[in-house]
Amino acid sequence: MPRRHLLLAAAVVALLALLPLSGSTYLLYLFTQVLIFVLFATSLNLLIGYAGLVSFGHAAFFAIGGYGCAILLRSYGVPLLLAMPAALVMTAVFATLIGALCVRLTSYYFSMLTLAFGQLVWAVVFKWRSMTGGDDGFLRIVSPSWIDTPASFFLFTLVLVTLAMVALWIVAHSPLGRTLMAIRENQVRAGFLGVHTRRVQLVAFIIAGTFAGLAGALFALFNRSIFPDSAWWLQSAEVLIMVVLGGMNSFFGPAVGALTLILLGRLTLELTAFWPALLAIILIATLFFFPSGIAGLLKARGRR
Amino acid sequence: MMYATIQFLNGLSYGLSLFLVAAGLSIIFGVLRVLNFAHGTFYMLGGYVAYEAVSRLGLANGGFWVAVAVSGLVLAALAAVIERLMLRKLYERDEIYQLLFTFALVLLISDVIRGLWGTQVLSISFPPELRGAQDVGLAFYPRYRLFLCLVGVAVAIGIWFVFQRTRWGRIIRAATQDREILGALGVNVPRVYLVVFSAGAALAGIGGALAAPALALKPGMDAEIIVECFIVVIIGGLGSLWGAFIGALLIGQLRSIGLYFVPEWEIVLVYLLMVAVLVFRPWGLLGKREGA
Repeated sequence: MPRRHLLLAAAVVALLALLPLSGSTYLLYLFTQVLIFVLFATSLNLLIGYAGLVSFGHAAFFAIGGYGCAILLRSYGVPLLLAMPAALVMTAVFATLIGALCVRLTSYYFSMLTLAFGQLVWAVVFKWRSMTGGDDGFLRIVSPSWIDTPASFFLFTLVLVTLAMVALWIVAHSPLGRTLMAIRENQVRAGFLGVHTRRVQLVAFIIAGTFAGLAGALFALFNRSIFPDSAWWLQSAEVLIMVVLGGMNSFFGPAVGALTLILLGRLTLELTAFWPALLAIILIATLFFFPSGIAGLLKARGRR
Repeated sequence: MMYATIQFLNGLSYGLSLFLVAAGLSIIFGVLRVLNFAHGTFYMLGGYVAYEAVSRLGLANGGFWVAVAVSGLVLAALAAVIERLMLRKLYERDEIYQLLFTFALVLLISDVIRGLWGTQVLSISFPPELRGAQDVGLAFYPRYRLFLCLVGVAVAIGIWFVFQRTRWGRIIRAATQDREILGALGVNVPRVYLVVFSAGAALAGIGGALAAPALALKPGMDAEIIVECFIVVIIGGLGSLWGAFIGALLIGQLRSIGLYFVPEWEIVLVYLLMVAVLVFRPWGLLGKREGA
């Protein structure tokens, strides 16, 4: 079963690589955005689906990666190939600090603390005007000339997101992924088996945060700007709903969720004013009527 | 000295009104084992309902107090409907679903509020009975804020009394211990859940209504208050009433000290306190250490 999924994923990547041939700037922009959110949502699912830890502040790392990369590029003139890895290291450091505090107790504490620290990151970004531009946003981010066109930036994103997804797939199917699931099912028993449960959860948190940071860096480059909203809890909510809608029990579920939600956002432009309410209704409907998400629905159909 | 007194009272009144919200959150968690993310949104809705009631009834002739009561009733009714029709179906499921459900409520209710009342900042004037300042010996201080302090203390004592001295309180305490045995003893446990959830929401609604004259109603205030409530219960210990009381008072004082020394960044002090508690006493100042 998983092998078939991988073949399908490889085919999707190959098809996407041909997308620049279509010559449609609209499609290129749309799918660049989809790819970024596929990565963002999949990174969050490492916590929700595999570790059973619901983070309400995942956008914090998206924003740290985005602002980190943008500030290094524009304010300090660091070249992209250095700025991006540096931003990821920065995100990993913050994820370590915040994660060490968040995984100390039960999953309720984890949820409360991730929301609290997410809002702290937002507050710092919002108030540290001299560094981040505050609520005016951080504008005029210039990408190097080799990723300056919609097509080249799309391919750049495709390569990075594909590599990152492969890395996440390996993590999710490694002993680490299995251990996370064991802890999710029974933390006490996993502890008795000699697993240092907190440390394993922390490692997962750092990995998830760092990949969210990569998505954030790509997002900042893509928009050539980044705003404090990217750290606000609504952004965390949106990506969370992508995960739940797509299916948190499946590796590729969140990717499907990201695609669905972004396309839905495009199709309901006249409803944009009520986007949060729409998100809430989607979330409630998913929880009550198809708790395993779209992936769960597809799986059920496949079995029939 | 005068300035210090005023700062102290500011912190006290802020902390005690924070307690009204955090207490409901903590009690609901203790009984239902549901972490209610929508609690801050209930508080915000309470404020807006009071605004609406006041703008129809006027402030004079007890209009404000009617508005506060209306807020409490509206929130109790709304919460009862939510518990009965939706939340109840999720108790059997994994806790992830309850968390996500209350989070969906946050999105939904705050968007409905935005649709009904818009995004501009709204406020209520002080009720006529409590306008003006009171001489408290070292300084003059707004009567309304002193009143908020009294309400906070009265509610704390009231909850304590209900919990420790009444039959209902005994049942609620028993529900936090073992819901199965309680059901076997012939108590209608689902009704206990319904009453506790709706009473907690009413408390949040009243808290929001009472806080409305002292601060402004605006979008985003729900996220602010729920994060502070979380910090309160993390500092005090999740599920502990007196923990919430002490946590709320500490945060109130810390914020008013912070406003003086590091204006704009006072919230960072609050987080530092939380981090210190998490490092040295992760289960909170008055919380119980849980297994695992």
